Amino acid sequence: MLSCAAAALVLLGLGLALLWAPEDADQGISQKIFYVHVPVALTAYACFGWAAWKALRLLWTGDERYDLESYTGVHLGTIFGVLTLVTGSIWAKVSWGVWWSWSERQLVLFLILFLFYSAYFMLRYSLDPGPRRQRSSAVYALFGVVLIPISFLAIRLAEDLIHPVVFTRDGPQMSDSMFATFCVCFAGMLTLAGSLYRVELTGKRIDERVRELRELLDAEPVRQHVLTEVRS
Amino acid sequence: MIRARGLTKRFGTKRVVTPLDLDVGAGDFLVVTGPNGSGKTTLLRLFSGLVAPTGGELELSVDRSALGFLAHEPLVYRELSAVENLELFGRLYRVPERRERVGMLLERYGLWDARHERARSFSRGMLQRLGLCRTLLHDPRLLLLDEPFNALDADGVELLERELASPASERTLVVATHDPQRLDAFATSRLALA
Amino acid sequence: MSGLVADSAALARKDLLLELRARETLPAMLLFVVTALVVFHFALPADVSDRAAGGLLWVAIVFTALLGLTRAFVAEREQGLLDALVLTPCDRAAIWIGKALAVLAFLVAAELVALPAYALFFTALDPAAIAGVVLADLGICAVGTLVAAMAVAGRARELLLPLLFLPLAIPIVVGGVGATVGDEPARSLAFLALYDVIFAILCFASFEYVVTE
Repeated sequence: MLSCAAAALVLLGLGLALLWAPEDADQGISQKIFYVHVPVALTAYACFGWAAWKALRLLWTGDERYDLESYTGVHLGTIFGVLTLVTGSIWAKVSWGVWWSWSERQLVLFLILFLFYSAYFMLRYSLDPGPRRQRSSAVYALFGVVLIPISFLAIRLAEDLIHPVVFTRDGPQMSDSMFATFCVCFAGMLTLAGSLYRVELTGKRIDERVRELRELLDAEPVRQHVLTEVRS
Repeated sequence: MIRARGLTKRFGTKRVVTPLDLDVGAGDFLVVTGPNGSGKTTLLRLFSGLVAPTGGELELSVDRSALGFLAHEPLVYRELSAVENLELFGRLYRVPERRERVGMLLERYGLWDARHERARSFSRGMLQRLGLCRTLLHDPRLLLLDEPFNALDADGVELLERELASPASERTLVVATHDPQRLDAFATSRLALA
Repeated sequence: MSGLVADSAALARKDLLLELRARETLPAMLLFVVTALVVFHFALPADVSDRAAGGLLWVAIVFTALLGLTRAFVAEREQGLLDALVLTPCDRAAIWIGKALAVLAFLVAAELVALPAYALFFTALDPAAIAGVVLADLGICAVGTLVAAMAVAGRARELLLPLLFLPLAIPIVVGGVGATVGDEPARSLAFLALYDVIFAILCFASFEYVVTE
């Protein structure tokens, strides 16, 4: 159901973006990448935020289920993050002729986040499955979500602004039709992320269950222990 | 004191503790026996709270300040002296009249003369005795000892037996060993892990 | 609260005492940071400004800190002493505070040599830069200690620590460089202070979960 909605929204959004929304006065047709790049970026943030929320729930309640949910969130967020970097790079190439620009705040921010969350996976591979790994991963995921605004401030501190401003305090600098298209694309990306999340989480849970069953089957037989009371 | 229902611990395919139901009441002396690899150490680590169970329930009615754990390793800082080690742990355990208690334990376990020497220079037996002092420092109500006689020298063995024999009626003990005869006189129950 | 302070102090004193006796970490950090500065001289082309050297100072500081952090929990790990500390009734955050304070002491000691060396090899540092170093040190030690505790529990811990630490250190470097060579050092210092406060609170609250099950 969700995946149907996702597919429909993404297709609709792309269609609107390509055919219906007017061309940007400054950038021309290359601006259309914005309809993919920004929703993907925002969806990545949403995934990281979701992962951090699940991490918090894990630490708060100690319920193991949240570990895989948080992990899937980080995984999806990283995928969307890489997509953000790729689409942003393409946009930069088309707009300004360079594949990379340090003046692009979003791009730099996502580069930092990509490095951070890649280390998340290294952390998980380095620890054996168990409460220690779950808790450390959760704490790290929380650090990630705090790093997002801090890095953003750091980048602003370090760089000038060249990235085109899309949302100002008065509202989006887009015409109504552009804004509508953007919203459809954003909704499409979110639902896509949501359905991917569901699929991946189910897959991971099944994997875990299979692994557990296999371990139980291969495990040494239940040994008898003997408890005796002794009159002393 | 300790209440376990269906307690299990697994490390991957290695089933270290099989479903265990257990009650240890105040004043009990539980001797845990079994061959190497039967899960004695893991069981004690579960009781101490260092390791979380994979399944089942485990309840402890004491908090960390009343729990003493002697592991395989003596768990002392090698580059600190005996006194410095005990002073540190005494501070962390909020031991009242710390200096006197440290001195008394060092003397009782024959470490008084070596008290200012770094633990690095101690023999294995002395290290284990120092570890025992660290464990007893805060007079814990629940004492978990993991094969305490293993690394002890002859003097240490005698001191430990004397300690176990002393009528500390409030004290509850769980001792893992593969030499259960030694503790026959004290044990109130025995758990034989296969 | 006084318990927390007393425990942290006792643990920090323990680490300083251990280092005083072993004398392994601090000499290495001192030598490393001076060597790094010399390497930077050779790495910078002649026509590059002092501003570039100011930036590289921060590279030296961050990697010297990494050296110290890699050693931070080694004793506890090799001798199982983290178990002993976790078993005590002290607040686990005291372990973090004590260890972070010790690492801070080593880092400051290394900088007491590094900063004059930098002034000798390159240019003098103004008070804003010094303030930046101080604030940055707090952030480095707070975050670095927690991340070191995470890494030490797993395999390949020496490899893992830089990977976990460096992305978190990027904002510190930005703030530090801003304070050293930037036009508005006050803004950079304010940012460093913000980083320190936010991450210190986060580390304080979450350290318990990193060292227990």
